[in-house]
Amino acid sequence: MGMNLFKTTAAVAALAIMATGAAQAGEDAKLVINGDLSIATQAAAPAHLENLETVYSGWVFRTKETQALEMDDFDNPSFVFVDVALDLYAAVDGTEGKSCASCHENVEDFAGLTTSMPRVNADGALETTTDLINECRTERMGAKAWKYSGTDMSAMLSLVGLQSRGMPVNVAIDGAAAPYWDKGKELYYTRVGQLDMSCSNCHEDNYNVMIRADHLSQGQSNGFPTYRLKNAKMNTIQARFKGCMKNIRAEPFGQGSDEFKALELYVASRGNGLIVETPSVRN
Amino acid sequence: MKLLITTAVTAVIASTVAFAGTTAPGDVAFKDGAVAVSLTGAAGNAADGRAVFADRKLGNCLACHVNSEMPEQSFQGQVGPPLDGAADRWSEAQLRGIVSNSKNTFEGTIMPAFYVDAGFTRPLGKFEGKTILSAQQVEDVVAYLLTLK
Ligand code: HEC
Ligand code: HEC
Ligand code: HEC
Repeated sequence: MGMNLFKTTAAVAALAIMATGAAQAGEDAKLVINGDLSIATQAAAPAHLENLETVYSGWVFRTKETQALEMDDFDNPSFVFVDVALDLYAAVDGTEGKSCASCHENVEDFAGLTTSMPRVNADGALETTTDLINECRTERMGAKAWKYSGTDMSAMLSLVGLQSRGMPVNVAIDGAAAPYWDKGKELYYTRVGQLDMSCSNCHEDNYNVMIRADHLSQGQSNGFPTYRLKNAKMNTIQARFKGCMKNIRAEPFGQGSDEFKALELYVASRGNGLIVETPSVRN
Repeated sequence: MKLLITTAVTAVIASTVAFAGTTAPGDVAFKDGAVAVSLTGAAGNAADGRAVFADRKLGNCLACHVNSEMPEQSFQGQVGPPLDGAADRWSEAQLRGIVSNSKNTFEGTIMPAFYVDAGFTRPLGKFEGKTILSAQQVEDVVAYLLTLK
């Protein structure tokens, strides 16, 4: 039977879909926040990405209505959580009687941090912004660590990430980061779960295609944490990884596990050059 | 009348035999991607197969395929080719092979194998050692696909 023929037909069909998909989602739509912050939603793919020429923010693939919510901070539900984080920032907690503000007077000082996270610390360990914040809580405030992807942490990550909004993602992948990056890359391309799929099967091979009711994006992390209309809260990047793994009936790695940290680094590196949109809005 | 009863009895016997003769996932014989023999030993039910096809927890075939025979289903995915006319392109044995394990027909495909129960990496606990569809459901889907002409 003409199997090759069918492959070709599928490929042609896929191309046709790409064209219509682009029209629907408005790949040409421009992201301007609050009328003055212009954010490029695509960039030339970083050199290490062999199979993509252009990288796109997930914003590009959302409906016009969802896109609009991110274009004004008054409409963006994330800002409810940013406000919660501002209160947390000023609140004394723990045995040392300190708040974040006791030591970090201006939250604006975190500008640029999110663009380079995760990163390798002086001890050679890969650390996420979440790790840094919890380290301050447990070692400097005498407070309990926040739940890795819980409400307090996702709110604080949104506030810290907001300080880098408009700046290009630029995580390091070489030197001390290389072994972690290799591990993350391997995880990204490994098929898992009863549905036996890898991240790349959906987010590299089929981005801009409809999978039932969902318009597949490249699964980029430049908007995280992201407010999802689906669950009406801030979602951390690792919570998203968990959701995608469960959808393909795979046992997710733990929040804060070595595997998810490595994957977080690798996914961030696929978006090197994209602009931080935190806190973003998705469906 | 007598004849009808006999037929019914025979059918009952046939389906019992078929149940006993269900092929285990590891024993399915593929030849060039196709599976010649029914996994249950009997023909499937196309109406049941239509429901399995659309069910998000079972076939969820619409996640990736357009099927214009189901216009009532509003969200139809486009990861794979439309299945309109599938029965004109593929034989029953080929369709059974594609539904059971399409990797034997399309190398490296994203399409899940619906009748494989082993060899997965990190399957979620409750799905471990299980197939996505039962032998009966595979046969029902095949019977349904055969109506797509
Ligand atoms: C079956 C297809 C599928 C697989 C496999 C899959 N995802 Fe997703 N993923 C989705 C869908 C659908 C969405 C929501 C729409 C979108 O943004 O693509 C999504 C969203 C995401 C997002 C959010 C993007 C944004 O802009 O908000 C990230 C990040 C992500 N996935 C990462 C991953 C990673 C990492 C893996 C592998 C562990 C993975 N996905 C595996 C289907 C998949
Ligand atoms: C007792 C003082 C103290 C408190 C309280 C404190 N931190 Fe820190 N924080 C530090 C020090 C010291 C560092 C390391 C500074 C450095 O390396 O530049 C740090 C580093 C950080 C960093 C990484 C900054 C960077 O650029 O590498 C973040 C993010 C951070 N803190 C957030 C918080 C948050 C959020 C809170 C409240 C939950 C908090 N901190 C509470 C002292 C504190
Ligand atoms: C995750 C996406 C996905 C799902 C779910 C899926 N398929 Fe497919 N299917 C594909 C792709 C992609 C192809 C094209 C083959 C290839 O990979 O090159 C395909 C090919 C086929 C073909 C051959 C296409 C032709 O030429 O007519 C049939 C028949 C088929 N699938 C049936 C099904 C049925 C029945 C189900 C549900 C039980 C299903 N598929 C679920 C992705 C999927």
